[in-house]
Amino acid sequence: MTKHPSILPLKVENLEYEAGGKQLIKNISSEFNQGKRYLLLGPNGAGKTLLLRLCHGLLKPKSGKVIWSSGKDANPKHHQAMVTQRPVMLRRSAYANIDYALSVRGVEKSLRPDMINAVIQRTGLTRVANKLATVLSLGEQQRLAIARAWVLKPEVLFMDEPTASLDPPATHSIEELIHEISAEGTTVIMTCHDLGQAKRLATDVLFMFRGRIKEMSSADDFFAGPQNDLAQAFLDGQLIWWKRRPEKDDVQI
Amino acid sequence: MNDLWQAFFKAISLVITLDNRLLEIVFLSLRLSLSAVGIALLIALPFGAVLALTKFPGRKILVIIINVFMGLPPVVVGLFVYLLLSRSGPFGVFGLLFTPTAMIIAQVILVVPIVTAITRQVLEELHLEYDELLRSLDVPWYRKVTALVWDARFSLTTAALAGFGRAISEVGAVMIVGGNIDHLTRVMTTAIALEARKGDLVMALALGLVLLAVALGINLFAYSITETVKRRHQ
Repeated sequence: MTKHPSILPLKVENLEYEAGGKQLIKNISSEFNQGKRYLLLGPNGAGKTLLLRLCHGLLKPKSGKVIWSSGKDANPKHHQAMVTQRPVMLRRSAYANIDYALSVRGVEKSLRPDMINAVIQRTGLTRVANKLATVLSLGEQQRLAIARAWVLKPEVLFMDEPTASLDPPATHSIEELIHEISAEGTTVIMTCHDLGQAKRLATDVLFMFRGRIKEMSSADDFFAGPQNDLAQAFLDGQLIWWKRRPEKDDVQI
Repeated sequence: MNDLWQAFFKAISLVITLDNRLLEIVFLSLRLSLSAVGIALLIALPFGAVLALTKFPGRKILVIIINVFMGLPPVVVGLFVYLLLSRSGPFGVFGLLFTPTAMIIAQVILVVPIVTAITRQVLEELHLEYDELLRSLDVPWYRKVTALVWDARFSLTTAALAGFGRAISEVGAVMIVGGNIDHLTRVMTTAIALEARKGDLVMALALGLVLLAVALGINLFAYSITETVKRRHQ
C-alpha cells in the first residue's frame, strides 16, 4: 500500500446529533491523537456508540464537524475501520470475509493471500479459516471482525464494546489483539462498560454522560481520581442517572 | 381399482420406454418453462434488486402491487395476453396467438412477480444485515449489489425454482393462449387435462409422473448444491 498523509489528529467540533426529536449528542468538541488507546466510558445511553458512529461517518451530525487531517488528498474512510459489538459476517468463509475487505480497498489479488494468512495466524483463526463465518462462535466471529479490520492496516480503529458478549478467555484474547494492533501504531477508540478492561487497555479516557463528554484525561489521572463528580460516582458504581444536574453546570472539554 | 393399477403400471412403462409422444410433450413443456423462467429472471432479478436497495416515491405501492400480482389468477393472465395477441388486439399483427411464444409471454407474466417479490425480500433483509459493514468499508454501490446477490445466491436460486414451479405447473393461461394444439402447443399440463377428459388415464398419469419427477429433480438439485456448499465450509 502506498504511503499517505496521516489522517490524524481527528478533531470533532461542536458535534450535535438528534434522533426522534431528542438531542442525543450535545455540543461535543474533542481531539484524538496518533498511537493512543481512547476508552469511552459512561452509563448506558450516554452516547458513546453514537459518538463512535459519528466519527466513523456512519451517522450524519445535526451540526458540528468531524475533521480528519488528511484534507482532500486522501479518503479518510480508507484509513479507518470499525468493529461492532455484534460482528456482521458476510455469508462466506472466514478467509473470504477478509479477502472481501482487501478487494474493496483495491489490494491486488496476488498480494492478498499472504496478508490474509498472516492476519488469520495472528488472530488464531487458522483452524476455522475455511469455515462459513456465520457458523463460528461469537468469540471467533469477533476475532474475525478484528482480523478483517486489522488487515486493512487502519490508522484509526473504532471498536464498539468488542467484548460485550464474550466470556473471560475470549475477552482476554481480544484485549491481547487490541494491544498488538495498538503496538503497530493504530489509534484505537473504543467503548466499554468494564472498568477493569478500561484500566488494562486505556491510555486516555473520555467519560460521557447524557450526550456530553464530562471528562477527558489520561487513564492514570482518571483512575487515580476523576475531576468530575459523575465520573467519580460511575467509578464508585453508584446509580449516577439519578444525579442529573442542570445543563448550565455542564463543563465542556 | 384394478383398472387404476393397470393404468398406473402402463404409465410407468410409457415413461421407461421413452414413448415418443410423451417425450415430445415433456420437451416442449421444459423448453417453454425454462425459456419463460430465463426471461423472467432477466427482468425480475434487477427489478427486485432495485426495489430492495433503493428508495423512491411510490416504492411501497409498487411492492404491494408486486405482492398482489404473485397471486394473479392464471386464466385472467391468459385472457389478458389473449386479448393483446388476438387479431384485433394491439399486437395481433405479429400473429403470435396459439404459438409457443404466446405461452412463454403468459408464463413470464406469471413468473416475474414471484421472482421479483422473493428477490426483493431476500436482498432487503440481507442489505439490512450488511449495511453497516458495507458502509464502514466504503463499498461502492455496484460492489454492494454484487456482494448481496452473490451472498444471497442460494435464496435467489429458490426464487428461480419457485418461478419454474409456477411456469411448469401452469395450465389455465397456456391453454387459452396456446390452444393445446397437438405437436405445436401441447404441454404436460394441458395434455393431462385433455387426456383425463378423454379417459386416456395412461397418458395422463405418465405425464403426471414426469411432472412430479421434474419438480422433485430440480428441488433435489438445488438442495444438493446448498448442502455441498455448506459441507465444504464445515
